[in-house]
Amino acid sequence: MKKIFLLICIIFILSCNSNSRKKTLVIAGSTSVQPFVEGLEEMYIRKNKTAEINIQGGGSSAGIQSAISGTANIGMSSRHLSLDEEKQLKIIPIAYDAVVVILNPRNKIDNISLEDIRKIFSRKILNWKELGGEDKEINAITREDGSGTRGAFQELVMKETPISNACMVQDSNGSVREIVKADPWSIAYISLGLVDKDVKAVKIDGILPDRAAVKEKKYNFMRPFLFVHTGELGKDAKDFVDFVLSNEGQNFLEKEGLIKVGTTP
Amino acid sequence: MNREKLIEKTFFLIACSALFLLALITVFIFKEGIGIFLKIGFAKFIFSPDWAPSQKQFGLFSMIMGSVWITIGALIIGVPLSLSVSIFLAEFCPKKIARILKPAIELLAGIPSVVYGFIGVVILAPLIREYLGGPGLSVLAGSMVLAIMILPTVISISLDALHAVPKSYLEGSLALGATRWQSVYMVIIPAARSGIIASVILGMGRAVGETMAVIMVSGNAVRIPHSILEPVRTLTSNIALELGYATGMHREALFGTGMVLFVIIMILNTAAYVFTKRKVRK
Repeated sequence: MKKIFLLICIIFILSCNSNSRKKTLVIAGSTSVQPFVEGLEEMYIRKNKTAEINIQGGGSSAGIQSAISGTANIGMSSRHLSLDEEKQLKIIPIAYDAVVVILNPRNKIDNISLEDIRKIFSRKILNWKELGGEDKEINAITREDGSGTRGAFQELVMKETPISNACMVQDSNGSVREIVKADPWSIAYISLGLVDKDVKAVKIDGILPDRAAVKEKKYNFMRPFLFVHTGELGKDAKDFVDFVLSNEGQNFLEKEGLIKVGTTP
Repeated sequence: MNREKLIEKTFFLIACSALFLLALITVFIFKEGIGIFLKIGFAKFIFSPDWAPSQKQFGLFSMIMGSVWITIGALIIGVPLSLSVSIFLAEFCPKKIARILKPAIELLAGIPSVVYGFIGVVILAPLIREYLGGPGLSVLAGSMVLAIMILPTVISISLDALHAVPKSYLEGSLALGATRWQSVYMVIIPAARSGIIASVILGMGRAVGETMAVIMVSGNAVRIPHSILEPVRTLTSNIALELGYATGMHREALFGTGMVLFVIIMILNTAAYVFTKRKVRK
C-alpha cells in the first residue's frame, strides 16, 4: 500500500516537471475567437506534431489582461483595445467578423429596421406584433457586461442607445445560440461565423448579413478578431501566428465564415 | 507515548489549516471588496437597483431580490416535499423500501449542478414557456430546479432530527390511544421541531449559494421581477457571469457581491446552529 502511494507521488512529481520543461503556448481570451483558433490549432498540430498549444476562453477583457500579466503568451480579443491597453500591447488582426442579429427559424419575420433593433434591445418594443409578427412577447437576449461581442454590438449597432437591463443575459455565444434555437420568440446577436442552420440571421434594413454582403461592404457591423501580445513573441508563438496569417490559415478562417485580413479594412 | 503525542499534534495542525483557510478566504474577499463600499456607500450599493458596470452604476438590490425570490420559491416547492419524504421515511416506511429510498435520495446530492441546469434548460423551460408563458427561463424554473437540489440536504437533516426523538414519546402517545398519524403530527414533529427548522435553514443556504444551475435556467436579467415567469439574476450568478471580464471598480463590486453573499450565508448557518443547539439542551 505504502509503495503504491509512493509510486503515485513520484509519478505526480515527475509529470509536473516534464510539463514545465516543455513550453506550452498559452492562448486565452474571447469566446468568439476561441472556436476558430481551436480549429486552426488542430490543423497546426497535424503539421507540427511536437507543438503544444493550450487555448482558453474567458472573454476579451480576460484575454487582454492575461496577455499583459504574462499568464498567456497571446491574448484573443474580439473588440478594439482601450487606449490604456493599446499602450502595453502589440496587436495582430487575424480576421474580421460580422455581428448579426439572429431569430428562431419559426419566427416569420426576416427583416427588421436598425431603428427597431435598437428599440427591441432597449425594451421599447416588447411584442412581435408591433413588427408585424405574432402576438407574442419578445424575449431579447444579450451578453454579459464586458463581453467583446456585446461591446461590438453596442458600438456598431446600438450606438448611443443603452441595452436594457431587462434583457436576458447569457455568458457565451454558444449558450445564446442554444436559447434562440429553443425559444421561437427570442432575439439575440452572435458572430456571423457561428450562425448555423438552427438559427436564422435576420436582414437589417433589407440587407442579409452573409459573406457576399460583408465583402461588398453593404453590411457594416464588422469587428476585428485580434491577437495581442506584449511585444516579444517566442519562436513557438511566432510560428503559430505566421501559420494563422498564412494563406492556409486565412482560407480556413474564411471557410468557417470569417473575413480574411487584408480584404476588408 | 512520544509518538502518540506527535500524531495528536499533527492532526491538530491539519485541523487548524482548515480554519486558517477559512480565515484566509474571509480576509481576501473583504480586502478585495471593501473598496466598493467605501467608494459608493453601503446604502447605495445594497439598495440601488441600477447595475450597469460600463456606466459605473453598481447597485445590488435587484440581485438581492432575485436571490430572495428564487430561494423562497425553492423553499415553497421543496420543503413540503422533503418534509413529507422524511416523515414517511422515519415513521411509516417499511424497512425494505427505506433501504432503497434513502440511498436514492442521497444520490440526488451527487448529481452535478450542471446536469440539473441542463435538464432545466432542455425540459423545464420549454414547458413553462409553452404552458404558462414568458420566456421560460424564469424565477419559476430556477425555483423548481433548486427545490430538487435542496431535497437531499433538507431530507437527511430533518430525518436525523426525527430519528433523535426518543421512542418513548411515540409509545406514550400510542398508549394514550392516539393513532399513528396523530402521534407523528402532535408529538414527534413538535419534538423534532428545532432540527427540522435547522434543516430548512441549511437547505436555504444551499439554495442561496447555488450558481451553475441557476445561471442556466433563470435568464439572468438584472431587474426586480414582477412575476414568477420573469427572468431574474441572483447574487451568485452575478459574480460567475461577470468575473471573467471585470477589472477595476467592476471587480471590486463583484467581490462586494461576494461579501454580501458571505454575510447572508453566515447568518443562515449561525441560525441553523442555534436551532440545533436548542434541541440538544432539551
